[in-house]
Amino acid sequence: MSVQAKTPNWFSKLAHPGVFLSWSQHWIMPLAVLTLITFVIGLYYAFFNSPADYQMGETVRIMYIHVPNAWLSQMVYGLMAVSAIGSLVWRHPLADVAMKAAAPLGAAFTALALFTGSLWGRPTWGTFWEWDGRMTSTLVLFLMYIGLVALWQTFNDQSRGARIIAIFTLVGAINIPIIKFSVEWWNTLHQPSIIKADGLSMPPSIATPLVIMMLAFTLLFFTLHMIAMRSEIQRRRANNLERQHINQTMGISQ
Amino acid sequence: MNAFFAIITRDIKLALRNGGSTITLLAFFLTIGVIMPIAIGPNKQLLAELAPAIIWVAALLSSLLGLDRLFISDHEDGTLLGLQHAQISLTAITFAKLIAHWLITALPLILATPVLAVMLFMDMPTFLATILALLLGTPALVTLGALGASVAVTLKRGGIIAPILIMPLTMPVLIFGISTTNSLAGPDASNSALLFLSAFSLLSVAFIPFAIALALRTAEE
Repeated sequence: MSVQAKTPNWFSKLAHPGVFLSWSQHWIMPLAVLTLITFVIGLYYAFFNSPADYQMGETVRIMYIHVPNAWLSQMVYGLMAVSAIGSLVWRHPLADVAMKAAAPLGAAFTALALFTGSLWGRPTWGTFWEWDGRMTSTLVLFLMYIGLVALWQTFNDQSRGARIIAIFTLVGAINIPIIKFSVEWWNTLHQPSIIKADGLSMPPSIATPLVIMMLAFTLLFFTLHMIAMRSEIQRRRANNLERQHINQTMGISQ
Repeated sequence: MNAFFAIITRDIKLALRNGGSTITLLAFFLTIGVIMPIAIGPNKQLLAELAPAIIWVAALLSSLLGLDRLFISDHEDGTLLGLQHAQISLTAITFAKLIAHWLITALPLILATPVLAVMLFMDMPTFLATILALLLGTPALVTLGALGASVAVTLKRGGIIAPILIMPLTMPVLIFGISTTNSLAGPDASNSALLFLSAFSLLSVAFIPFAIALALRTAEE
């Protein structure tokens, strides 16, 4: 066996926080513009170029906002779980930052999913809130996001905190399906999932705006996530500089 | 194995000689049982119907109450650091501490349940089913609670954070625990909730100690 000097592969090069800062600044503007264009197309379809449902009427259009948010509420947790593996196994600082930046965004999208869902539920089911399985498990997911955001704020040492939070995030990721199952077992009213393995169970006139809106919201998340990651890296640098400055003025030699 | 039992006896001795904590916990548990009827009103039928739910909520809240002391004192005086170099793994030590914690906090609550059962007018089948469900469900509550405690062990202003983190994860215990009582004591007895509750408890007890040990090790670095 020959001993090779370990050269960083393309991924760890790109994922170095400093390198990330320099390449990501060229990405934000294009991503934001792309998000905006997708939103314009998606909203045009959603409001002007899709039929009202024969049962639900115009309220069906709430779905074009609700379903993308519900999808993001779960995707963001998935992204946090993957980042958690990255920060536990490789102790990668960028994975920490990705995990931290995703938590408030996930909470916001989950809150929007709950809010739009209840706006839709009022005319359709005749109630703002129902203790239905899917709604309850989304609410539980929201509480978990809030807990994680609060946990990040209590740690002074962010890099040690990141690993502990990663452990908790992963246990939560394993638990979410169990919670979902148990809550659905407990009470179910929500309609079955509309996106199945064999395609969408809806006519293309409704599916088209929905898919475009899901793409638009996903792009929105990635744009916001990138901005949040950048400001988190810069916040950490600012904190380090501040600490250095204090040490120097207090006369403590490094 | 000696080391394993030594940890259990140590933790129980510490709890008994320091005193107070178990009594506080019992008082808290019983107080919730007193407050609920006052809030709901002395309606015998309604109370009997709500009794399993009240007992479960009381048990859940009391198990969250004792959390913050689980690892913090060992962390502060350096015991936790020493335990990492023990003969047995930190996971085994965690497991021993969980057993001790269950004996100190959960078992007294289950023993005190008859008092609440009388005050809430429970009938015998419901009472027995509740005891069974508590025996099966509290190990999961203790393990999940310990996970919260291990995550918050280094936090100076941790306090309330562990319960907030843990509460969502305990949802399955609550759901299957109360369903166990209702289905066993109800007219059409079925044991599916009982099986789910046992499965959840077993899975938590089997896997979460590894996560707790990992969190404790990270905290001591």
